[in-house]
Amino acid sequence: MIVERWINWVTLLAFMVVPLWALVTDEPFTITLATRAAILALAAVGLNIALGIGGLVSLGHAAFFGLGGYAMGILAFHAQNYTPLELGPFTTEGTKSMPVIWLTAIIAAALAGLIIGLLSLRTAGVYFIMITLAFGQMFFYFAISWSAYGGEDGLSIYVRNGFPGLNTLVPIQFFGICFVALCLSLYVHWRLRSSPFGLALNAARQVPQRVETVGLNPYRLKLVAFVISAAITGLAGALFADLNRFVSPAMFSWQLSGELIVLIIIGGVGRLMGPVIGAAIFVALEHWLGGLTDFWHIWLGVILLLIVLFGRGGVVGLLTGKAGPHV
Amino acid sequence: MSTILIIEQVLNGLQFGVMLFLMAAGLTLIFGVMGLINLAHGSFYMVGAFAAAATAGATGSFLLALVAALAAAALAGALVEMVVIRRLYKAAHLDQVLATFALILIFSEGTRWVFGSFPLFLEIPAWLSGPVALPGGILYPVYRLTLIVIGVLVALGLWWLTARTRIGVQIRAGENDREMIAALGVDISKLYTLVFALGAALAGLAGALVGAIQSVQVGMGEPVLILAFVVIVIGGIGSIKGAFVGALLVGLTDTLGGIFLP
Amino acid sequence: MSDPILATRGLSKSFGALKATDDVSIDLLPGEIHAIIGPNGAGKSTLIEQISGGLRPDAGSVHLMGQDVTHQNTQARAKAGLGRTFQISALAMEDTVLENALLGAIGQSARPWRFWSGVAGDRTLVERAFNALERVGLSDAADERTANLSHGQRRQLEIAVALTLSPKAFVMDEPMAGLGAEGSKFLTGFLDTLRDEAPILLVEHDMDAVFALADRITVLVYGKVIASGTTDDIRRSAEVREAYLGEDA
Repeated sequence: MIVERWINWVTLLAFMVVPLWALVTDEPFTITLATRAAILALAAVGLNIALGIGGLVSLGHAAFFGLGGYAMGILAFHAQNYTPLELGPFTTEGTKSMPVIWLTAIIAAALAGLIIGLLSLRTAGVYFIMITLAFGQMFFYFAISWSAYGGEDGLSIYVRNGFPGLNTLVPIQFFGICFVALCLSLYVHWRLRSSPFGLALNAARQVPQRVETVGLNPYRLKLVAFVISAAITGLAGALFADLNRFVSPAMFSWQLSGELIVLIIIGGVGRLMGPVIGAAIFVALEHWLGGLTDFWHIWLGVILLLIVLFGRGGVVGLLTGKAGPHV
Repeated sequence: MSTILIIEQVLNGLQFGVMLFLMAAGLTLIFGVMGLINLAHGSFYMVGAFAAAATAGATGSFLLALVAALAAAALAGALVEMVVIRRLYKAAHLDQVLATFALILIFSEGTRWVFGSFPLFLEIPAWLSGPVALPGGILYPVYRLTLIVIGVLVALGLWWLTARTRIGVQIRAGENDREMIAALGVDISKLYTLVFALGAALAGLAGALVGAIQSVQVGMGEPVLILAFVVIVIGGIGSIKGAFVGALLVGLTDTLGGIFLP
Repeated sequence: MSDPILATRGLSKSFGALKATDDVSIDLLPGEIHAIIGPNGAGKSTLIEQISGGLRPDAGSVHLMGQDVTHQNTQARAKAGLGRTFQISALAMEDTVLENALLGAIGQSARPWRFWSGVAGDRTLVERAFNALERVGLSDAADERTANLSHGQRRQLEIAVALTLSPKAFVMDEPMAGLGAEGSKFLTGFLDTLRDEAPILLVEHDMDAVFALADRITVLVYGKVIASGTTDDIRRSAEVREAYLGEDA
C-alpha cells in the first residue's frame, strides 16, 4: 500500500512537471500531448469506476465520450454561427462558456448512462459486453447520419471555448484546466472507493449473491456506478473536443471504447492511478512509435497481448508486486 | 411503392441476412462451445476478402479466389487459436476482450502494411454477372441470388454437421462438459482448433463474397461483426438455428428499415 | 405455543420430472434450533434457496414473522430479518475480513448510498462489524485478506457476516462443512448460545452436531418430509432408519 501511495504521488508530480518543463524549454507540442494524456486519463478514470470497482466490462463508453464531445460541439456551433438552438419549448443561443458546456456534457452523459445502464445491466458477462457495444454503435451511426451537425465530417469550432479568468488559448492554461479536472476525478474515485457505497459495489463485483443476502441490491449499486462513470467520461469528451476544436463521429467509435479499456489495463485495473499511468504511456507510445512507423498499432497490439497473457495488474501491479482486483 | 421494388428489397435483405449468418455462425459456435467472446472475428472476414481480391488479381479466377479466401481465413483462424486463443478459454471476459481487441489491431494494421490504405476491388465473374428474370418479371442480379443459395447451403451443411455427424456430437458434448469429453478420449484441443478454423473460414468466405459487391478495405469486418453480435443476442448464444433466424431478421430489418423509414 | 418466526407451508418445486421439494411445511419457533437433515439429493439446498429467496416455489408459501414473503426477493427477505449463510463460502476474497463484515453492517444500516464518507471512519458500522468478528473469534484477523484465511476461518466469517445483520432468524447451510473436530466443537458451542438471540434453521450433515444442538429435527428424503420431531423421536423412527440405512446398504 505504501509503495502504491508513492507511485500515485510521483505519477501526479511527473504529470505536472513535464508540461511545465516544456513551457520553460518552449515546446508547446509537448504540452498538447500532456493535455491529451490528461483528458484520456480522465475518461479512463470514469470507466475505471465501472470497470475496476464494479467489474462492468463496458465496451460502449465511447458513447459517453462522444456525447460530451457533441455537447460541446453543438453548443459552441450555435454560438459561433449565431443560430438559435431550439429544444422543444426552449431556445438558446448556444454558449462558448466551458462551465456551462461541461455541465451539459455531464448531464447528457449521465442520462445516457442511466438509460443504457437500466437496459444492459439486466444482463451479465458476454451479453453485457455485446449490448454496451451495440449501444455505442447506435450513437456512432446516429452521429454519422445527423447532417445538421456535420454528419460524417463532424463539426469544427474555430476558437476554443472560454473559462472565466483564464486564457484557454494558451496551452499551459488549458492543460491546467484538464489537470485539475483529472485530479478532481481521482479524488472522487478515491472517496467513492473508501465509502460504504464503494465497499458494497466492490463486493457486488465479487459476490453479488452475498450482497443480496445482506439486503442490498447489486443491480442498483452497479447502475449508480455506471451513471457516475458515464458522467466523468462525458466531461472528458467535452474537454477532448475543446482540445481539438473538432468533434466527429470518431469520438463514438468502438475502437475508442476499446482504447479506454486498454489504457486502464496498461496502468492497472481498479488502481487509482492505473488510468493515469496507462494514458501517459499510451500517448507517449502513440507519439514515439507513431513517429517511427506508420503502423504503430501493430506494436500496441503486441504489447497488449503480452500484458493480457503474461502481465495482469499492469504497471502498478508490476511495481507493487501485488495482483489487482479480478475483473 | 411497387411490389417489384419490395420483392427486390426483400431479396436484398435475405442476401445480407445469409452473409450475416456466415459471420454469426462461427461466432456463436465459438461462444457456445468454448465460452469465448471473439472481437477479432471481423478480421477473418477481412482476411478472406483480401486473400480473394489478391488471388483474383493474380489469376483472374473467381473460384480460385474463393478457395484462397477459405484457406487464408481458416489458416489465420487455426494459427490465432493455437498461439493466443487457447490460453484464454478459462480467462475472464475482460482478458478475452482485450486480447481479441489486440488481434484486431495487429490484423488491421498488418493488412494495411501489406496492401496499403487504398481499397481493393474484387470483380464479379462474367458467368455470374447480369440479371436473371424471376417469376413475375422481376430482374434480379444473378450474383446476389447466388449468395442467397450459398448461404442457405452452408446453413444446411452446418446443421447437418452439428446434428448428424460424429464431430457435431463431440462439439455439442464439449459445450456441456469439457472434462467429460476429454475423459472419453477426444482430443479437445484439436477439436477446438478445428471449430475455430471452421468459424474463421465461414467469416472469410462471407468477406470474399461480399467483397465482390462492396470494396475490400481495412476495417470492413467490424461493422458486420457488431451486427453479428446483435444476431447472436437475438438467436441465443450457441444456437446455429437461432443464428440463422436472427441473421435473416436483422438482414431484412436493416435493408427494409433503410428503405421505408425516413 | 408461540408463533413461528419462520414457516413454510406446502412448498413445492420441480425441475422437470424431478420433485426437488414436495409439499414441505416446517416451522422455526423462537429460541430453537431446527435441523433439516437428509441424504444427498434430498432437496435441502433447494429448500434453503426457496426460503431465502433465490428460487421461486411452484406452490406453497414462506412466512417470516407472520408476513407472507413468498413473492419478495432475497434483499427484501434479508431486510425483513432473514440471516443466511452459504454452504460454499460466498465472501469477497480480495477484501479484508473486516470489509466483509462491514458489508453486512452496511446492509443492516440499509444506507449504502453514502458516497463521500469513509467507511473506516463510520464508528457505528465499524463497531457492529468488529463486534461480530469478535464473537466468532476472528477479530485478530480483521485486517487479513480473506483469500488468505483458512477454510475454518472462512466458515467463521460466513457466520460473522450474518451476525452483523442482527437477524430475526438464521438459515444456515451446512456451517460445519469441511471443519475439523476442533472447529466443529467451537462452532457447536457458539450456535448453542446463538439460539437465544434468534432461532436457527440448520441444514447440516454433521450428525454429532445436529444431535447435540437441535431441539427438533426434520428429515427430508426425495424432497418430502418423512419425519419430524425431537432428537429422540428421530432416533427411534423406522422411516429414518430405512431412508438412511437403506441407502447406505
